[in-house]
Amino acid sequence: MAFTWFNKLASPPHAYRIAGRLLPWFAWPSGLLIAIGLYGGLVLAPPDYQQGDAFRIVYVHAPSAWLSMLVYGTMAVAAAIGLVWRIKIAHAVAAAAAPVGASFAFLALATGSIWGKPMWGTWWVWDARLTSELLLLFLYAGVMALRASIDDRDRADRASGLLAIVGVVNLPIIHYSVYWWNTLHQGSTLTKLGKPSMTGDMLWPLLAMLLAFTLYFGAVLLLRLRGEILLRERDASWLRAELAR
Amino acid sequence: MSGFFAMGGYGAFVWPCFALATVVLVWNVAAARRLHATARNRALRRATAGQGRP
Repeated sequence: MAFTWFNKLASPPHAYRIAGRLLPWFAWPSGLLIAIGLYGGLVLAPPDYQQGDAFRIVYVHAPSAWLSMLVYGTMAVAAAIGLVWRIKIAHAVAAAAAPVGASFAFLALATGSIWGKPMWGTWWVWDARLTSELLLLFLYAGVMALRASIDDRDRADRASGLLAIVGVVNLPIIHYSVYWWNTLHQGSTLTKLGKPSMTGDMLWPLLAMLLAFTLYFGAVLLLRLRGEILLRERDASWLRAELAR
Repeated sequence: MSGFFAMGGYGAFVWPCFALATVVLVWNVAAARRLHATARNRALRRATAGQGRP
């Protein structure tokens, strides 16, 4: 049946073991791709004709901005699955994702700000893209604070999950902010179906870094998920057998 | 080599970004490992403390 693998995945001992087995398949390729992407981005790619070498900041800025949104989406979908089908593992995924996403929202804002100083002449503007990304960081903080403030784990899962789901409206706002408003932030470099506005030797390191960061998130999420499962299942009998191995 | 580190005069902006990215990447792995280790130790302590019980 189609549901057996789903039920299996939702069972904590199974999820714990699968997460452990999958982890190296995310971690090693991610590390390798980061090394390749950094070499390509810092050494091989030519300086930009307008931005000079400052454009190289994009190799950490764009992947962290991408992750800040991908992680939020993951967290909200997991929370929704947890709320609708009452699957505990889904709430554990949401809990594991939040701090990771917050750290990348921070990194996107910080690197953007450092790039903005020489390029725009200011560290910060209350521009639609920047403001909506800052709101994303606050949403992460809100979800984490709400979870931390409630002692009962089920109630904490439900309350923070609800906030995470409501906050999803911010994701399209961030993405389309550069088109909907007259912003200082440049439009997207990688338009999905059109031609990317970047030459090949600048582009491939960026794609490598985007993939590397995505795999990196997978690895960190799996490791955090294992921790979350152990915290949530501390009295379960399977855990004793698992830890005794 | 010094030209590489100068980054065409933007070194003071480029390198802090890559340093900050390194900090965030290392922190995430360290925090995840710490969470897993803490949870594991706590579970182990409970398992051994409960061994006398039926």
